Amino acid sequence: MRPLPSPARNPYWRFLVAGFRGQSAYPLAMLAGLVANATFGLLKGGIMGAAVESAGGELAGYSAATMAAFVWLGQGMLGSVNLWGGSDLQTRIKSGDVAVDFLRPVSVQAAHVLTDIGKGLFALLPRGLPSVVIGILVSSMALPPSAGAFALGLLSLLIGIAVSHASMYAVATTGFWLVESRGISVFYMAFSGFFAGLFTPIYLFPDWLLTVALLTPFPSMMQLPIDVLSGQVTGTAAWQHVGVQLLWLAVVLGVGHLTTRAGRRRLEVQGG
Amino acid sequence: MAEPERNRRLSHWQALVDTRGRFRAYRAVLASRGRSQASHRASFRMDLVGAVLVGTIEFTELWVLYSATDQIGGFTLAQIMLVFGLSDLAFSLADLAAGHCDNLPVYVRAGTLDVFFLRPQPLLAQLMTSDLSLRRIGRCLVGATALTVGLVINDIDWSVGTVGLLLLALVCGFVIFTAQFVTAAGLQFFLVNGAEMTNAFVYGGRYAATQPASVWPRGLLVVFAGVFPVAFAAYLPVSTLLGMPGLAGLPTWLGWCAPVAALWAVVVAGLCWRWGLRHYRGAGG
Repeated sequence: MRPLPSPARNPYWRFLVAGFRGQSAYPLAMLAGLVANATFGLLKGGIMGAAVESAGGELAGYSAATMAAFVWLGQGMLGSVNLWGGSDLQTRIKSGDVAVDFLRPVSVQAAHVLTDIGKGLFALLPRGLPSVVIGILVSSMALPPSAGAFALGLLSLLIGIAVSHASMYAVATTGFWLVESRGISVFYMAFSGFFAGLFTPIYLFPDWLLTVALLTPFPSMMQLPIDVLSGQVTGTAAWQHVGVQLLWLAVVLGVGHLTTRAGRRRLEVQGG
Repeated sequence: MAEPERNRRLSHWQALVDTRGRFRAYRAVLASRGRSQASHRASFRMDLVGAVLVGTIEFTELWVLYSATDQIGGFTLAQIMLVFGLSDLAFSLADLAAGHCDNLPVYVRAGTLDVFFLRPQPLLAQLMTSDLSLRRIGRCLVGATALTVGLVINDIDWSVGTVGLLLLALVCGFVIFTAQFVTAAGLQFFLVNGAEMTNAFVYGGRYAATQPASVWPRGLLVVFAGVFPVAFAAYLPVSTLLGMPGLAGLPTWLGWCAPVAALWAVVVAGLCWRWGLRHYRGAGG
């Protein structure tokens, strides 16, 4: 008898689950990540809190409470988005293993992006939630004003994680042309954190730099989800944020699709 | 191993560690690492540019933050440039000397470390000379530039004491950060898969060293001015240099105590390294 088609047998669903489950094998690594995250959070919280205080209690639209939310939500997301510029695909292109990926009857792009999203979603449990709990304990961070805002915030967070991994995938496909794409990773690491709002909110930037930041997908990975989750933006503005994120998701997925198609024809695997 | 063969090998190593040529082996190893990296020119240039870029963006973050406010923790943008320049230069130099100690878990997992044990040289010295990433020089440029600009734009009362304090801070900062790398390596014998935990004080320490410590809550002060004393690498010496109040309730001349902090960091690093080494049982490779 033919097995019934259930979502659990869908290969793409399996990629997502495999990514999620694979990470749970390293509890010590997760704890270690949390300790490092929390230390950076305390340092960042100290300096950003002092900055708000020195500006008279309000800095670029942030109060002490919303700035604390910016810091701790950002720390919590750090394990789920990719701001360091390396990826599995990059390694597999370099080693030639990607040839095997192309032989499989599934989309290479979807397989890689979904596995990474799965990993990112898992990281929310051991790294994301505890970071937020620490933030609530050590500061008076702002929380979502309503259940509806919270739900929209979670959606924004999910899209942010997807934008991050889909962008990283597109960037990693440059490996089809360059083979050694470590330099690209360094550039990605340098700019992604800065424009995503890893250290300071992008609204602190001078106008021209803010415009540059908003012309990249990076704010959609972190700054915008934090805005929605912390209740910094609500109502129509919050929906606008989510709309911008969806637009960027479509763009980076589209670019990744095209580069995969072109790169597949370009790919030469050396050796046996 | 046959006896004559063993003797031959031993004498070979003895020749290397012979008093006259004690450092010849290390020099030869380091020179070869340097040559191998310089030979891939395009890749090397890209790495250098990347290192400068990352440093520049880190400074830009500081610039954005201090431009948005007049001062943070009593420091203006011009003054924090001194702190950033001094600590970043010290950290980059330490990274150049000992940054690859961070690869220890990789060596442990791959069994490479066991090879180090067979050689009659101190393990730590071998680990430190096992890799020399010249691209990290790019990072030193950023710190040196920020420090130079900071020294020019700040109103500094130049004297022998000022120069002495700056040099003392740079040397002690280098020692403190190097000690953090070694401490981390010692702890990584235990952590292996959890090596990221040491990032909290190694890279967290670098971040902390660029901040005015006066904004920290008590807990952070204990960690980053006491246990891992990175506040002595730049913030406290610069406070003394500029005649700023520094930490509440403590004297302004605290910046001169950087050598004490450096000594403490070295003692902690030595203990952690020994402790870790004794714990190591090999990966069975």
